[in-house]
Amino acid sequence: MTIASPRSPLTPHLARLEAESIAIIREVAASFRKPVMLYSIGKDSGVMLHLALKAFAPGKPPFPLMHIDTTWKFREMISFRDAMAKQVGMELLVHTNPDGIARGINPIASGSALHTQVMKTEALKQALDKFGFDAAFGGARRDEEKSRAKERVFSFRGPGHSWDPRAQRPELWSLFNTRIRDGESIRVFPLSNWTEYDVWDYILAEDIPVVPLYFAKPRPVVKRSGTWIMVDDERLPLESGETPEMRMVRFRTLGCYPLSGAVESTAANLPDIIAEMRAARTSERQGRLIDTDEDASMEKKKREGYF
Amino acid sequence: MAAPAQHELLRFLTCGSVDDGKSTLIGRLLYDSQLIFEDTLATIAKDSRKHGTTGEDIDLALLVDGLEAERQQGITIDVAYRFFATPRRSFIVADTPGHEQYTRNMATGASNASLAVILIDARKGVLTQTRRHSFICSLLGIRDIVVAVNKIDLVNFDEATFDRIVGDYVTFAAELGFRSIVPIPISARFGDNVTAKSGNTPWYHGPTLLAHLEGVDVSQDLSAKPFRFPVQWVNRPNLDFRGFAGTIASGTVAPGDQVVVAASGKATRVARIVTAEGDLDRAEAGQAVTLTLADEVDVARGDVLARPAERPAVADQFAAHLLWMDEEPMLPGRGYLMRIGNVWTPCSVTSIRHRVDVNTLEQHAARRLALNEIGFCNFSAGQAVPFDPYEENRATGAFILVDRFTNRTAGAGMIAYPLRRASNIHQEHFTIDKASRAALTGNRPIVLWFTGLSGSGKSTIANIVEQALHRAGRATYALDGDNIRHGLCRDLGFTAEDRVENIRRVGEVAKLMVDAGMIVMCSFISPFRAERRMVRDLLGAGEFVEVFVDTPIEDCIARDPKGLYAKAQAGQIKNFTGIDSPYEPPEAPELHIRTAGRAPEDCAAEVLEKLRAAGVRC
Repeated sequence: MTIASPRSPLTPHLARLEAESIAIIREVAASFRKPVMLYSIGKDSGVMLHLALKAFAPGKPPFPLMHIDTTWKFREMISFRDAMAKQVGMELLVHTNPDGIARGINPIASGSALHTQVMKTEALKQALDKFGFDAAFGGARRDEEKSRAKERVFSFRGPGHSWDPRAQRPELWSLFNTRIRDGESIRVFPLSNWTEYDVWDYILAEDIPVVPLYFAKPRPVVKRSGTWIMVDDERLPLESGETPEMRMVRFRTLGCYPLSGAVESTAANLPDIIAEMRAARTSERQGRLIDTDEDASMEKKKREGYF
Repeated sequence: MAAPAQHELLRFLTCGSVDDGKSTLIGRLLYDSQLIFEDTLATIAKDSRKHGTTGEDIDLALLVDGLEAERQQGITIDVAYRFFATPRRSFIVADTPGHEQYTRNMATGASNASLAVILIDARKGVLTQTRRHSFICSLLGIRDIVVAVNKIDLVNFDEATFDRIVGDYVTFAAELGFRSIVPIPISARFGDNVTAKSGNTPWYHGPTLLAHLEGVDVSQDLSAKPFRFPVQWVNRPNLDFRGFAGTIASGTVAPGDQVVVAASGKATRVARIVTAEGDLDRAEAGQAVTLTLADEVDVARGDVLARPAERPAVADQFAAHLLWMDEEPMLPGRGYLMRIGNVWTPCSVTSIRHRVDVNTLEQHAARRLALNEIGFCNFSAGQAVPFDPYEENRATGAFILVDRFTNRTAGAGMIAYPLRRASNIHQEHFTIDKASRAALTGNRPIVLWFTGLSGSGKSTIANIVEQALHRAGRATYALDGDNIRHGLCRDLGFTAEDRVENIRRVGEVAKLMVDAGMIVMCSFISPFRAERRMVRDLLGAGEFVEVFVDTPIEDCIARDPKGLYAKAQAGQIKNFTGIDSPYEPPEAPELHIRTAGRAPEDCAAEVLEKLRAAGVRC
């Protein structure tokens, strides 16, 4: 595919972030035997994919995309995913944890912690092992969460995908240490130095497609624990007396729909979203129910192999 | 919240120890620039009551102390990156710990920063740690410094105190080569002169910290420097396109420019500057582009393109500052992997010229570098590599050293200058080579490297093997640890440093003998994997046969043919392998001989069998 010419020239700041990310993505292609790009369908993944396309033009990125499907993503996410893969002409691998399906794990009855552990963390490890990937790109950013602020760009994972904060390698300049032994792997975060603002500014400047769920629209929702949950299909059990109502809502982050809180909003296009974000007083992770279990819960999940 | 920043990004580093209020300062910058979200603030308010040190006030330091262990101990033990933006600029702050044991973390943060904020506690003034922080900043190439005299509220906003501290600092920093030093009196806890001018310091007429950071010009003017393009990846999507992808390290480039491949000297011209959005007329430092060249010259990842008249140095020996970052000390002679630009090559320190005391800046003699120590060393690399002095170009003058076994990033280097030795001593080529020498004797030249504990039977087995080879008419020689130490290595002792040098010399001698067409038996305890690996790398493929003579230490002690274990156990011999010095067994030897309960002849037969399999007639 060709990349649409940008709507507006990049600010020096975005141009610098873009160049840094492209260099990181190229480094992985040059240094690893079998890399893969984790594609989670969200805005960060969209930016990462766009950067990968830029990095290897006029060729295509020399690695496949992979989505870990918990089977609980919004339907619009799945159709967007398939359309994007087709549009960019890259191989898309989709993996779902068969053990989790057999055990009937789901975000509602099993709880968010177990669901995440089995359907995301375990599923990811299974998929990486199955295909023998030695490097995996993720779209995580350092500004997202406290334990991410210290994450390396090239994050070392020992056997069994374990993450030990004390075993992380110092990263000086842009001289990344890409050396690993059999059974070890690296998670690579090309967007480490981007903020949520940078991501949206870049999406606007480069005209990058995003899932329509980011834009406000009347959607069927119910109020749960102070946040709006969308009734995306019949699997969401309604409590007695609970009836879905149509509200103008949108999502700041996307995940499994029963775990993704919507915000009431009228922002139906990119400039409105950016304006709304600049006025916002809550962080994007606030809509993620899986992080609130405990203060240091992200650090714990990462030790277990989560992205 | 702020509109998109039109300014260039500023990456800066904050240096200070736990009590200097560094985390509080960063928390204050984030808080005052309104980058703290309500839900984050709620978490912090909760944490303040649990871990905080500020009573009922919100402890801003908790905003930035990330990992759980750190929050509980109240210290910052890693580098954390923080992000904030104002309408004028975007910022990335590297928050690094200040204690001496975290020198490596500070250097990590400094390596990508262009400015440092050095905190000084107004009550304490310039301390040893202030000197250390400033030295590391200087070494890592930071040229612009802010001296934030913090806790000015605790000295009653006293101008004379501030002036004295600033005077002390400027005097001491004179030799560190900073371009600008901007002192600012602040109170991170109460916000004085951080983002708003303080009414408590009417005598201070300079900018607030934030105003200074927003306006300061730290450009290193990379585009004005000589063109350097380290090739990162060769882009060959089809037979019609061959592009060289990379990030321009310095200078500018345009189609038609003459360029040379630094290492080979091959010249060509730039044909196109390719990007996803189309070709460019010009590109400059910092841009990630793909170049195509006018001629089919040999270019690969690791090569550096430069202009013919402005080439980088190309050498395999150079002098550099080295910061050691690994628990395992750096020993001269030991082999590491070096990454410089996009090249990976074996590398070792040939000598430590001096170690720098990071607190006093004094130079001391040293035979090793321990964790967090900095030395000025001579290096020898496995191939000639292109580079610039670090002072002139951070991107092409920096390198890392990686441990060959653990793959840990063990050292960070900053090149000072090439060593001329390498360029003035050229290899002579003789017509008669290894193959012709070997053909004369019908030998297959090879090194049998017997490693194992003292008294394990290495020499005994080697002796039997050599006799058998001799009978078969093969040209042999035996290098034995004890014999070598009476001559070639009689100046060496048994410290780790000397053991490395001992094996290096033996390896070079063995290599010469292989070149002479011989079969060489080497019997050395050679306790460290790194040195055995070093010898292996000296030789060609298949020429090094590692024989692990595996005898349980109890058997060696019982046998003790030279009475050495008895002496070692009595404390009369220091650094004795197996007693008070480690033995690292081979992970994948060509031959693993377990001697327990076997006759030496039996073990030797196993070695001979291996030799026959390798093509030695015996």
